[in-house]
Amino acid sequence: MSAFTADRAGVSAATVHAAIPMPDVLPPVKPRRGFIGFLRRNPTIAIGGGLLLIMVFVAIFAPFLWTKDPTALAPAMRTREPAARWWFGTDMLGRDVYSRVLYGARVSLLVGVAVAALASAVGLAIGLVSGFFRQVDAVVMRIMDGMMSIPPILLAIALMALTRGSVQNVIIAISIAEVPRVSRLVRGVVLSLREQPYVEAAVASGTRTGRILIRHILPNTLAPLTVQATYICAAAMITESILSFIGAGTPPTVPSWGNIMAEGRALWQVKPYIVFFPALFLSVTVLAINLVGDGLRDILDPRMAKSL
Amino acid sequence: MSTPLLQVDDLKKHFPIRGGLFGTVTGQVHAVDGISFSIAKGETLSLVGESGCGKSTVGRAVLQLFPITAGQVVLDGQRIDTLSASSMRPLRQRMQVVFQDPFSSLNPRMRVRDILAEPIRNFGIAKDAADLEARLARLMDTVRLPRDAINRWPHEFSGGQRQRIGIARALAAEPDLIVCDEAVSALDVSVKAQIVNLLQDLQKELGLAMLFISHDLAIVEHMTHRVAVMYLGKIVEVAGKRSLFSAPMHPYTEALLSAVPVPIPGQARTRKILTGDVPSPINPPKGCRFHTRCPYAFDRCRVDEPELRPTGEGHIAACHLHDLPRAQNPLLNAVAA
Amino acid sequence: MSGEPLLSVEQLQTHFRTPDGVNRAVDGVSFHVYAGETLAIVGESGCGKSVTAMSILRLIPEPPGKIAGKINFLGRDLLTLSDREMRKIRGNEISMIFQEPMTSLNPVLTVGRQIGETLRLHQGLSSAAAEQKAIEMLTLVGIPSPETRVKDYPHQLSGGMRQRVMIAIALACNPKLLIADEPTTALDVTIQAQILDLMRDLKHRVGAAIVLITHDLGVVAEVAERVVVMYAGRKVEEARVADLFANPRHPYTQGLLGAVPKLGSSLTGETTRLSEIPGLVPSLKNKIQGCVFAGRCFMATEVCHTIAPALELKAEGHAAACHYAPVEAVAA
Repeated sequence: MSAFTADRAGVSAATVHAAIPMPDVLPPVKPRRGFIGFLRRNPTIAIGGGLLLIMVFVAIFAPFLWTKDPTALAPAMRTREPAARWWFGTDMLGRDVYSRVLYGARVSLLVGVAVAALASAVGLAIGLVSGFFRQVDAVVMRIMDGMMSIPPILLAIALMALTRGSVQNVIIAISIAEVPRVSRLVRGVVLSLREQPYVEAAVASGTRTGRILIRHILPNTLAPLTVQATYICAAAMITESILSFIGAGTPPTVPSWGNIMAEGRALWQVKPYIVFFPALFLSVTVLAINLVGDGLRDILDPRMAKSL
Repeated sequence: MSTPLLQVDDLKKHFPIRGGLFGTVTGQVHAVDGISFSIAKGETLSLVGESGCGKSTVGRAVLQLFPITAGQVVLDGQRIDTLSASSMRPLRQRMQVVFQDPFSSLNPRMRVRDILAEPIRNFGIAKDAADLEARLARLMDTVRLPRDAINRWPHEFSGGQRQRIGIARALAAEPDLIVCDEAVSALDVSVKAQIVNLLQDLQKELGLAMLFISHDLAIVEHMTHRVAVMYLGKIVEVAGKRSLFSAPMHPYTEALLSAVPVPIPGQARTRKILTGDVPSPINPPKGCRFHTRCPYAFDRCRVDEPELRPTGEGHIAACHLHDLPRAQNPLLNAVAA
Repeated sequence: MSGEPLLSVEQLQTHFRTPDGVNRAVDGVSFHVYAGETLAIVGESGCGKSVTAMSILRLIPEPPGKIAGKINFLGRDLLTLSDREMRKIRGNEISMIFQEPMTSLNPVLTVGRQIGETLRLHQGLSSAAAEQKAIEMLTLVGIPSPETRVKDYPHQLSGGMRQRVMIAIALACNPKLLIADEPTTALDVTIQAQILDLMRDLKHRVGAAIVLITHDLGVVAEVAERVVVMYAGRKVEEARVADLFANPRHPYTQGLLGAVPKLGSSLTGETTRLSEIPGLVPSLKNKIQGCVFAGRCFMATEVCHTIAPALELKAEGHAAACHYAPVEAVAA
């Protein structure tokens, strides 16, 4: 410790004794900024996002990834085991499973993303209105409760039974089945937001109801909605596969993962690889999306981790 | 006497309790049960009381944030509780609010600029874009925040700074009355002093009237002109600051004052500690609502509800003790002693 | 105050690893607590007072936290004990009361069970004996008709009653030290007065030393004998209560005392302006050069910004960490 005297006008002379410096208890952490820092802090997003990017890449660039025509029949080369020529083998019509699985990623991702977008948009609108206007609420929510009492997969099957099998109809059917869950979530968020002091302050400063909905309520529902959308995306991909697997989904000519598995079902005991590869791709994609969803949830609102 | 800026007459607000399968009303929370007061231009009236006494409900009722159950609210001679939402909207300019929680009172998805500009746009106060900019800059100066902070998001500020933004939003509408609902209660001691001083300066400079809702008696005494004490949905005493803090005329006020810990060590005080808890506002006690905790309660208090009546210059209290002969009134004797 | 202290905390450091740096929440705090006394630790939010309390009981999750220094309690360094030995101390020799009585009680157990649990655990009482003791404890903390209340669940009690139950649980095993973290902050004034009165009364009857963590200087003045003032993870001043309020030596303490309006201000004359401490508390994630308070101090000089002041005795029993604090003759 060193002691010396410092002077300052108006203040009595000070006796300066330095404190003993405190050691570091933990090794210093260098705050990592930028993209790499973000990934290091959120490993679930890094892993999930990485896997998902691979799937998206595969889906987009399927024609350039040494694939053949996924619908080309080759009766002479039926049910071949995986080999250098057919990486994932061939199915009972001689089609290349590798090519079909890669093209199938297009269908699955399209259905997942489209359903997430459609169900979120419709659910958001319904949830906003019924959360904010209490008169509408009682009626709308009873309808939603009614729809929620039917398992989504059954509702989707029933809806598909009414129409012709196409990717578009599959998307609409699954979306309708998912809407009640989204609108319930949004309504709950809106109900808690309208009690927030900043909403009361907006009312007190003469803001019109429409503007309160759009500027004060809507933006604050987007975070939980985004998280929910990722889960819907994953669920929709599974539902699509189930629908196709039982023959109620996309037409058999479309190489979707559900269809590939459906075709391999009969040969499961002897040629398991026909079912194995599309199932593996589906599982990995769903896992990746759910990881991203979990990561987003933790970033967007740590408190929400408990409620979802 | 000129018309008061705000006049509240026999205000009641009951919240229904819904229960059962069909959401039938099974009871009422008597949050505010018939209170009257007035605030003159440029005056600060404080509403004090413990949690659940209904003081925040009064603030929201005055601001017309929900329909009231009974009574009337008169703003500068015009009755406002019967107005439709659209005819109320322009009048909202005259009454603004500052809330307790500096975190939930600002929309996290709006920049400070948009938060402050909203009331200015709503009421069409700014003449043009340049005037709006000038007003925003002046608001930031008024609440002592750096002008360049206006493009930042609320989460970039500390609690005290956020409270300044909340005050700036209230001032943006150029109101005559500001309702401060526990506006400094959530802040740390040193920051609280900054905000208290700011509010006092603003009131002097702008001639604002204030409804200052608080449970902190020391802050209230520092800030206010007059005080109304609430207990279980009723006002039990109203008086000028000096009169109330030197000679409380209601046993509840007396106990409240005596309960505040004073930062002077060794000051031996004969404390009047109330026993028990505040009764439920769903079934408030009959007679005087305070009789279950009052150290002086006698038979009449249990059946007969006391009215507010004058006990001195500008001082009213609702207590039967003042009907007793002077020598038997413990409140008056405590003052003498 | 003489003899061996009951608890002596030496150069306590509690740091937390966060993604954007190490948060030095408590950085070199030392103090002693003697048997039977009440020591208040006062400061604003984020000053490290609660972390200090949690560190004494080792309730800090490690990682991301890390505690260093020495915490001597009756001749043992608590930081070197095993988790098992530590469990024997918590709730038995040292117990704690938290701010929020609702979340600190288990909603699905009766209050009798919760009081009895510590007794069964630490003293091996039978359930019947534990319930009997629970009723005694409820009587001690002034809960009316304890025989019926002992079967109540926390939600059936009011806030003040719950805090009384918390105190009963804390005192059940006759602890030598009670740590109370903002015990009255969540309560209304009239209920706060009841609880403070109860704590004063119990101190005489039970004889436990109390470490009272609070931000309320009024509470400090009423119940404490000595005070430690904390700011930004450091102890900036320590004194007997009367000395601190009469003659604060650290500019932060002076500012804090001036920032609180005193009840009765309107009677003593015109209302004065409250003194403000300008600026904000510095971030604890960066190492602070010099005095932690220099950035907000009205009398800070270059020296303050470069050399951290040592905590030194400025008068008898009165220490402050300020280069400019006036010094009275202190017997060496």
